[in-house]
Amino acid sequence: MVPLSWYLGLSALLFTIGAVGVFIKRNAITIFLCIELMLNAANLALVALSGFFGDVGGQLFVFIVMTVAAAEAAVGLAIVISVFRNRESLNVDDVDTLKL
Amino acid sequence: MEQTLFIIFAVIAVASALNILIQRNPLYSALSLIVTLASLSALYLTLHAQFIAAIQVVVYAGAIMVLFVFVIMLLNEPKDVPHIEKHKWLRYLAIPFAGLLIAEMFYALPLDKQIAFPSIPAEQADTAVGTTWNIGTALFTDYLLPFEVTSVLILMAVVGAMVLARREGD
Amino acid sequence: MIDQLLGWAIQILITLFALVTAVAYLTFMERKVMSWIQLRVGPNRVGPWGLLQPAADGLKFIFKEDIIPLEANRWLYIIAPAVSVVPAMMSLIVIPWGSEIHLFGRTIPLHVTQMNIGLLYVFALTSLGVYGIVLAGWSSNNKYSLMGGLRSSAQMISYELALGLAIVSVLLWTGSLDLVEITKSQSGTWFGFIPRWNIFRFPLGTFGFIIFYIASLAETNRTPFDLPEADSELVAGYHTEYSSMKFALFQMAEYLNLITAASIGTTLFLGGWNGPGVEQLPILSLVYFVIKVLVLIFIAMWIRFTLPRFRYDQLMRFGWKWLLPLAIINIIATATLLIFIR
Repeated sequence: MVPLSWYLGLSALLFTIGAVGVFIKRNAITIFLCIELMLNAANLALVALSGFFGDVGGQLFVFIVMTVAAAEAAVGLAIVISVFRNRESLNVDDVDTLKL
Repeated sequence: MEQTLFIIFAVIAVASALNILIQRNPLYSALSLIVTLASLSALYLTLHAQFIAAIQVVVYAGAIMVLFVFVIMLLNEPKDVPHIEKHKWLRYLAIPFAGLLIAEMFYALPLDKQIAFPSIPAEQADTAVGTTWNIGTALFTDYLLPFEVTSVLILMAVVGAMVLARREGD
Repeated sequence: MIDQLLGWAIQILITLFALVTAVAYLTFMERKVMSWIQLRVGPNRVGPWGLLQPAADGLKFIFKEDIIPLEANRWLYIIAPAVSVVPAMMSLIVIPWGSEIHLFGRTIPLHVTQMNIGLLYVFALTSLGVYGIVLAGWSSNNKYSLMGGLRSSAQMISYELALGLAIVSVLLWTGSLDLVEITKSQSGTWFGFIPRWNIFRFPLGTFGFIIFYIASLAETNRTPFDLPEADSELVAGYHTEYSSMKFALFQMAEYLNLITAASIGTTLFLGGWNGPGVEQLPILSLVYFVIKVLVLIFIAMWIRFTLPRFRYDQLMRFGWKWLLPLAIINIIATATLLIFIR
């Protein structure tokens, strides 16, 4: 029997790892990966609460979150590709002026 | 038995999530994230959320991460360019930030209450929360508006990605 | 508990052994069919009528030198064939090979497990199989491999959509994602002699089957969609730099994917293990299933040795502009028909 707090604790732990990753990492794509990890941690919390309290709305919200994550990944990676074409570098420290 | 399964998949998820931070090569980070997504899918299965578990593998691990892996492979950064790190203080700020989040977790979690998973009677097994039937009926009756709005969102994303990734003069 | 685990272990082992042998003999069947279509004899020296040829091929693969290119990414290079083969093998456990057999006083169903999301599980594993090709293409440190790998995986993810949508019309009729349920709903006959298979069920099952078959040929990288691994085009695409057992694993993955696609097509459209006389003699169900799967595989091989291959941009255009809209129209037509009938 796994209590609810274990699932929520795991979700918080994964979210923390993702948030720390956004701070530490310099590569734009790796920062993106950490954002996806944070979204997945939120998904885990939603599915756990939906299962424990019998409400299907949590899982439907997860469905919508996955779709939004897909849309955001597509647009975000397109932006990263444009930035790479202009500055020849994926390091977010190099993207600090509005001029080229 | 369920506790063993939870612990195995939770350890795999946390270990591969930490591996995302440890690896320098972004391709290895992406592959670690795929392992995390697969173990999260297994955790969804322990929560009887079968449809979401399958959709997580099909959509997240099978499509979104393929997109990430493609972009990493095509944007091959030359390895001999020196990287000067301009904001070193951010790295040292991350540790107290993580500590703050973990403290907040302990504050917010209902650690004293032992809420157990409700058992599902056998005659409701085909239409219980988490089965395809249940999610499908809810999605197309109560939650139809978010479903339709999501399709508009995807259309916006497709158009936006095509416009942003275009070269000049195309 | 231990009883059930032991039962599952035995079923999994039997399925794996049967299918790995089937893969070996599929290579033989392919060479024989190729030679008959090209008006020659094919392998007939090793064993009676060449039947031991797969054993000879296996021994050859084991004795070849295992080369890892110098600049290749070592771990990804070694893992890529495994990432290709494991999802292909995992998808075999949900396919209903027959109805049931009666052994030692027990009734053993001829499927390893029955999941109520069986079809989604197969799709999930097909999506994961793309990674083997992408990683193989990248880790070989060879521009032909990289191009072949990226093209092949782009082709696979494009045709996955048409594949999924072609199946939705069958799901609308049956109302379940469970492959065993879908098979059982196709039992019986209309008018006493037309079997109640989904391919005969109004024009929608037929179109659904055609779209499914074409999409599955593209998914398994068979001609006419095999530009990424064609011998005369990109050297050999993503498995250029692979030799001996790793190459054999890629071939095994390809044939296992072909068997899985043919089995899913049989289960969804051709009635699975149904046929005359299965209630009285359940072992006939296994025979009927194998015959139907072999027919679908034979047609795939026939197409391979008859048609020329698509160019890559023609292939992508066909998938996105023709197959996907046709699959969506199929779904809309099925849904409209269902509203009027039920």
